[in-house]
Amino acid sequence: MAIRACLGLMILLVFSSTISTALFEDQVGLADWHQKYIGKVKHAIFHTQKTGRKRVVVSTEENVVASLDLRTGDIFWRHVLGKIDRIDQVDITLGKYVVTLSSGGSILRAWNLPDGQMIWESILQVSAPSKSLLHVPANMNVGKDNLILVFGGSSIHALSSTDGQIVWRKELSTNSLEIQQVFQPHDSDIIYALGFIGSSEFVAYYVNYKTGEVLQQSKASFKSGFCGEASLASDDVVVALDASRTYLVSISFRNGVINFQQIYIRDLIPEFSGKATLLPSKYNGILAVDIASSIVLLRVKGVNELEIIEKINYPSAISDALPLSKEQQAFAILQHDESRIHFKVKFDTDLTNEVLKETIQMDGQRGNIEKVFINNYMRTDRTHGFRVLVVMEDHSLLLVQQGEIVWSREDGLASIVDSTTSELPVEKEGVSVAEVEHSLFEWLKGHFLKLKGTLMLASPDEVAAIQAIRLKSFEKNKMTRDHNGFRKLIIVLTRAGKVLALHTGDGRVVWSVLLPVLRKSETCGNPFALNVYQWQVPHHHAMHENPSVLVVGRCGHNFDAPGIFSIVDAYNGKVHNSLVLEHSVRHIMPLPLTDSTEQNLHIVIDDNLHAHLYPKTSDSVKIFLDEMPNIYWYSVEVGKNIIKGYSLEIKGELDMAENVFQPKELWSIVFPSESETIALTATRKMNEIVHTQAKIVADQDVMYKYISTNILFVATVAPKASGEIGSATPEEAWLYAYLIDTVSGRILHRVSHQGAQGPIHAVVSENWVVYHYFNLRAHRHEMSVIEIYDQSREDNKDVWKLVLGKHNLTAPISSYSKPEVTVKSQSYFFTHSVKSLAVTVTAKGITSKQLLIGTIGDQVLALDKRFLDPRRSVNPTQSEKEEGIIPLTDSLPIVPQSYVTHALQVEGLRGIVTTPAKLESTTLVFSYGVDLFFTRIAPSRTYDSLTEDFSYALLLLTIVALVAALLVTWALSEKKELREKWR
Amino acid sequence: MEKGKGLARRWAVEFAENSYSSSPVDVPDPMGFSRSSSDPDDANASRQKKEAEAAWKAQKAWEVAQAPVKNLLMMGFMMWMAGSTVHLFSIGITFSALWQPISALQGVGKVFEPYKDPRVDTLAPKLLFIALNLAGLVLGIWKLNTLGLLPTHASDWVSSLPPASEVEYAGGGLPVH
Repeated sequence: MAIRACLGLMILLVFSSTISTALFEDQVGLADWHQKYIGKVKHAIFHTQKTGRKRVVVSTEENVVASLDLRTGDIFWRHVLGKIDRIDQVDITLGKYVVTLSSGGSILRAWNLPDGQMIWESILQVSAPSKSLLHVPANMNVGKDNLILVFGGSSIHALSSTDGQIVWRKELSTNSLEIQQVFQPHDSDIIYALGFIGSSEFVAYYVNYKTGEVLQQSKASFKSGFCGEASLASDDVVVALDASRTYLVSISFRNGVINFQQIYIRDLIPEFSGKATLLPSKYNGILAVDIASSIVLLRVKGVNELEIIEKINYPSAISDALPLSKEQQAFAILQHDESRIHFKVKFDTDLTNEVLKETIQMDGQRGNIEKVFINNYMRTDRTHGFRVLVVMEDHSLLLVQQGEIVWSREDGLASIVDSTTSELPVEKEGVSVAEVEHSLFEWLKGHFLKLKGTLMLASPDEVAAIQAIRLKSFEKNKMTRDHNGFRKLIIVLTRAGKVLALHTGDGRVVWSVLLPVLRKSETCGNPFALNVYQWQVPHHHAMHENPSVLVVGRCGHNFDAPGIFSIVDAYNGKVHNSLVLEHSVRHIMPLPLTDSTEQNLHIVIDDNLHAHLYPKTSDSVKIFLDEMPNIYWYSVEVGKNIIKGYSLEIKGELDMAENVFQPKELWSIVFPSESETIALTATRKMNEIVHTQAKIVADQDVMYKYISTNILFVATVAPKASGEIGSATPEEAWLYAYLIDTVSGRILHRVSHQGAQGPIHAVVSENWVVYHYFNLRAHRHEMSVIEIYDQSREDNKDVWKLVLGKHNLTAPISSYSKPEVTVKSQSYFFTHSVKSLAVTVTAKGITSKQLLIGTIGDQVLALDKRFLDPRRSVNPTQSEKEEGIIPLTDSLPIVPQSYVTHALQVEGLRGIVTTPAKLESTTLVFSYGVDLFFTRIAPSRTYDSLTEDFSYALLLLTIVALVAALLVTWALSEKKELREKWR
Repeated sequence: MEKGKGLARRWAVEFAENSYSSSPVDVPDPMGFSRSSSDPDDANASRQKKEAEAAWKAQKAWEVAQAPVKNLLMMGFMMWMAGSTVHLFSIGITFSALWQPISALQGVGKVFEPYKDPRVDTLAPKLLFIALNLAGLVLGIWKLNTLGLLPTHASDWVSSLPPASEVEYAGGGLPVH
């Protein structure tokens, strides 16, 4: 009995050790990497006056406020505000606080400049979120209680900059007022606030800075209306654009008397056509107007006198004015000249001469300059030197100083739209031999050190050396395919239309290309990137060809806008082919078919529901026509609450050049719109591989999984409860979960959750769905699992039939055979709210699965699927325990060690992508948001390989010792035998 | 050759017919003893001796044949100790329970070789020996089955089958945005 007890303990130990898959501290960075980004910079404020660390505070379109080191571009500190908390403006006050205005002028926060700690936060009452302005008086004397003014909607708030208390508040007007410009003449207590009421009325307010009293108010209406842009030309003249954007309107408002003066732009600039835009700038008497082909600088001489100073041809950018002294301002002009950029700095007092003129070589894959921020420094000879912070078209950020790019940040990676992976090239013979020979000594040394470490003989220095060797492993950064499939390229598509390939070893950018078709052009005014697909994955027939990916985009945000295709080589980023399609892109279906060159066949459904086959070759058409009767598609129309299923048909003669197929509606599911709205749909990953169709339950019984790639999970919620949590009572809220077969439109299963509401997240894999929602009754988040089993195969249980192969388990199944299904489901409480859900995938689908949960804290948590097993019960039987069923608990455990991201955060987490490695036990996990994080995980531990830190030297040593012992004992025994014989 | 000599020495002490010729030479014959002398009494005695030896051999052979019973009981006890979960101990026991009868069955001839005698019938003990070992083997297989290591269930045959392929394929979903 004692032995049994002892064995029981052993088993327990083995089991408990398989659950925790945490890392040791020294394993961090071996297989994972983490990159921090900030996104496309909107505003930048330099802080370079004082001695000490020079920095620039930026706010970005990803709602990040960050302080960057001006010397290296590294992040000192960074805060990612919420998705809906858009940053309107950023400034520095008192020389030590960074002030950010966000959420349409309703939240004002102050952050400590050196370390980024939040000092105070004020919530402002704004009637409606609108354009808001932050005004931090420049002439502040420290010690005085300085006020920060916030103009938002129709009110002005004045806040103390030391503690964020609202000092005074003033309602200006109740109807749609938009303040455009705020300024404070030097040494004055009066604030000028200029804006528009509606689209045709101009208004000027004079407000007392200290009390908020409106000293004077003047209004005037302009009959042809304003477009809502205005630029301050001088202390008493503001220039606006009229509603048609073809007239400049100069408005003088001296002493409360408003005068309008219209100037036709074509009179000034004869070649002008189209629409003009005012560039927001604050120059003394200078106006920058963006007309379609160039930027024009105008000097405002009087109310009705404008004069062209300079015309800067596109592509170019112009910075805000930088005050150097009371009279003098400087501004920068950057102009493209093919791969070079001309950088000019001018003073507003002398516009004809340049203070500085430099030429910079620029990487062609960064596109045009979008924004420029200028800053000055004192040279040793007491003259002004200038540096500029440049935001490029691909959202990257560069610092240019003394004709050189000092640093650059690839911040487009903060806005990844979609990603895929590609294999690396196969290692060719004779490539790496020299390197191996070169480092043979190093290799031996490394292994000797490792051995010392294993035997615990290493000194602290040596331990550090071992760690460094492990981190800088040459192996993992090679540009060739490896045996385990750990080295791959992650190909990401960013919002800017740039495609980058990241190496999984260390996350470096292998190649990047700014797709020309996804840039603004005459034919396509507002292109944006949608998705990236595998286009060609050669592994049998076309080995000599490189794999390629298909990037899909669209010209404009409407569904009927023409689509964009671009095929990019995955090894080197060369664009093979790119085109603007003649039709729109509504759905893209990668088919499980390839043509003779192993290009994947894709069906593109346009807005008229016509299907187009790509690639457009006769070969692919032939392959497709064979399979066409079995290809279906469906469309989820969220607004209409309808899911419709279609097949493809050929009407009349098929035009071989066009390959257009017509839809034939087969089925539709209409959800009653008064009680349900579609909240979410989820499907299985097309490339997921399932190892077996059988699930073995306790006592060797078999259940047959319903494995179909055509399962669609749809969650609908009550229309009342489709808003945020708390917007509906539990009685008004419900959630329906559907499992739908997308071929036949059959509803396989439907379940309701009363008192539940979104946000819903779901993941479908094999034969199960896991979804996450909020339970209003329990005030907690819940996760539910539905497993679906095929009842029609249940009678395949005779061993002899199976031995002899007399079964129908491998016969192809059709959705039209309507197999009977049974489902098992269970729900559990889950502590976190979730940002993203994913599941691990492995090469053969044998390894058990883990759910990857992107938590609200921007971390990725791995949760064993065993916790979400509907067969869990409070008291599992002995055989169920042996099977590994965990006793049922009401909530899912969160084991701190099972965070995949360990101590790191993937700020602004948006997606988790899993890719199988060649090694069955291992999954590659790539999660992206503002940050990127990559690691590989083994849900059931690496049972098929030795661990990274396995000491080969120790193994070798053991073998040598054993052989030596063998020889010695053999010699001894020989001797002894001889002696015996002589006796 | 040299090793064979060593063995022969031991054999000579116990069973060999011509034991006298190779008796230890270091002990001199006693006075008046003649090795070559033999009389009819002696022949009679030797026949008796041979009969006794045969009886003894038969008895020994039966003893050997019954030896696996003990083994069987011990195995049974060990198996009970090992329990029915799969782990190192139970697998080791089961495999030794399987291996022992098999190796014994392979060496049936060798085990009964010493008792080979024209006057002794070793067939019956041999059969008993084989039967008992087969029982041991059955016990081992039964144990293997209780551990679930024999493919006697449908689940053992189904797991290796690939999932059925699907005839239809459907794509689509939400419009891409």
